[in-house]
Amino acid sequence: MILVFCELKDGQLRKPSAEALSEGRRLADASGKQLGALFVGASCAGADDAAKYGADVILTAEGGTLASYSSDAFAQVVADAVKAKGATVLLAAATAVGKDVAPRTAARLAAGYASDATGLSMVDGKLQAVRPVYAGKAFATTSFASAVQVATTRPNVFPAAEKAGVGATEALAAPTGDFKSVVKEILAKAGGKVDLSEANVIVSGGRGMKDGANFKLLEEFADAIGGVVGASRAAVDAGWGLPHSMQVGQTGKVVSPTLYIACGISGAIQHIAGMSGSKFIVAINKDPEAPIFKLASYGIVGDLFEVVPELTKAAKAMGIGSN
Amino acid sequence: MKILVALKQVPDTESRIKVAADGRSLDPADVKWITSPYDEYALEEAIRIKEAKGAEVVALSVGTDAAKDVLKNALALGADTAVLLKGDGQGDAFAVAQMIAAYVKDKGFDLILCGNKGLGGDNAAMGPMLAELLGVAQANVVVKLELGDGTFSAERETDGGSELVVGALPAVITAQKGLNEPRYASLKGIMAAKKKTIEELDAAPAVAGAQVSALALPPERPAGRKLEGEPAAQAQALLQALKDEAKVF
Repeated sequence: MILVFCELKDGQLRKPSAEALSEGRRLADASGKQLGALFVGASCAGADDAAKYGADVILTAEGGTLASYSSDAFAQVVADAVKAKGATVLLAAATAVGKDVAPRTAARLAAGYASDATGLSMVDGKLQAVRPVYAGKAFATTSFASAVQVATTRPNVFPAAEKAGVGATEALAAPTGDFKSVVKEILAKAGGKVDLSEANVIVSGGRGMKDGANFKLLEEFADAIGGVVGASRAAVDAGWGLPHSMQVGQTGKVVSPTLYIACGISGAIQHIAGMSGSKFIVAINKDPEAPIFKLASYGIVGDLFEVVPELTKAAKAMGIGSN
Repeated sequence: MKILVALKQVPDTESRIKVAADGRSLDPADVKWITSPYDEYALEEAIRIKEAKGAEVVALSVGTDAAKDVLKNALALGADTAVLLKGDGQGDAFAVAQMIAAYVKDKGFDLILCGNKGLGGDNAAMGPMLAELLGVAQANVVVKLELGDGTFSAERETDGGSELVVGALPAVITAQKGLNEPRYASLKGIMAAKKKTIEELDAAPAVAGAQVSALALPPERPAGRKLEGEPAAQAQALLQALKDEAKVF
């Protein structure tokens, strides 16, 4: 079996999990295996969504010690499910929870682990992963030595393809015992906006923004086209009050949206490393020699303080954000 | 309190990456090596705990003799002692976690700090793997850490938000940018570090779970085009192109 650790948000399958499931279905078909979806948490209501993405079996473990996220409790229940089902491949989306639980589970299973995969295949019955290293300056093909192979899938890379599965459900018991850590409180929520790593459209600002307050221009444009605002390291480190969670680059978030619009960003190597996986890149910069233009699908040499408001206006006039 | 800080030597972020002749590793020519930036936050946090409550800080790295630079720097910044687990530096995160776990066992560490990921390998795996092998708590991508009596309370970054993880010590905590502002080494620290020796041990045997079988540079991006005209015309042309050619909207 290929088992996919899935996450729900407000009772619905999260998109990165749907992507991981779809990729799991493809690998299961390629290797003649069954696809299992595993849900763990306070409540697994909504888990039957997994059948839409090809799950043959839906496993749920809820309540008790699993009511709040606990790294060790979750790793135990996931590892036990892998063993009980004889799964040889375990996938999870590379989300905050996926990246926390998957490596711990891998160690528990003495399994090799590939994080943030952008390509997966089955070679001689074993998983093989392609994953970005040096924040995307290179790609490493990872082969596994272990009987069980664990990987996380980078959000926004694998298509979420609906394909009806059997979706037989099976409940697993929550583990008992004394676990070492637990999430006590959610301090800040993402709100209505998606995280940068999952965003389809990102509008990012750099040193050329001149001041944190000017990011309002980017927010207005991003709102108009359904995007999320990011920033370069130069902007985050400039003391403009921008949080590190906005930073795109090798020491920030590595993103792969469909569209990345870089405003006033020159294109330092460490920034490029974090966004060169974007499908389309737009550069808006005063300096025609800025390295970012070498990557750009579309370049605008000009003053972002003139261009961006025009973009917002034009996007609204064209009704772009509404579809 | 006894704190271990695990540090990794990595290529500088401004390095251009070249693939070595073997087709699966990094060509080390022209690469400038640094301490992984996330590990610097881990070390700074350990030193701050030492200053606030008193602690013994042990800096550790797994690698070849070259990794001694990282440890010398850690000593200059305030680590009390330094240990190099000598290996070929080729193991995956799981192998490194096993080597560190073998060293840590029975030494009475209350806290193990490291970066949330090693820059370059980008696995973000060693910390949680080490926590599992040691059977202790973990908190990853931590931006705020408070220690109680045998407990910890850590704020960690989640997808667009943050959450508070509480747990028992010993624990493995992996640092994120924002946890603190790392200091620079003082001349006094650098001089004092020169008198200290780095303990060198052979890394315990470990089994890798995965290996890199090929390393390749990303494909060249197709050539783009510049949009000319006044700002309003450029804006119009861009959105039209994104809609009609790229079909983004």
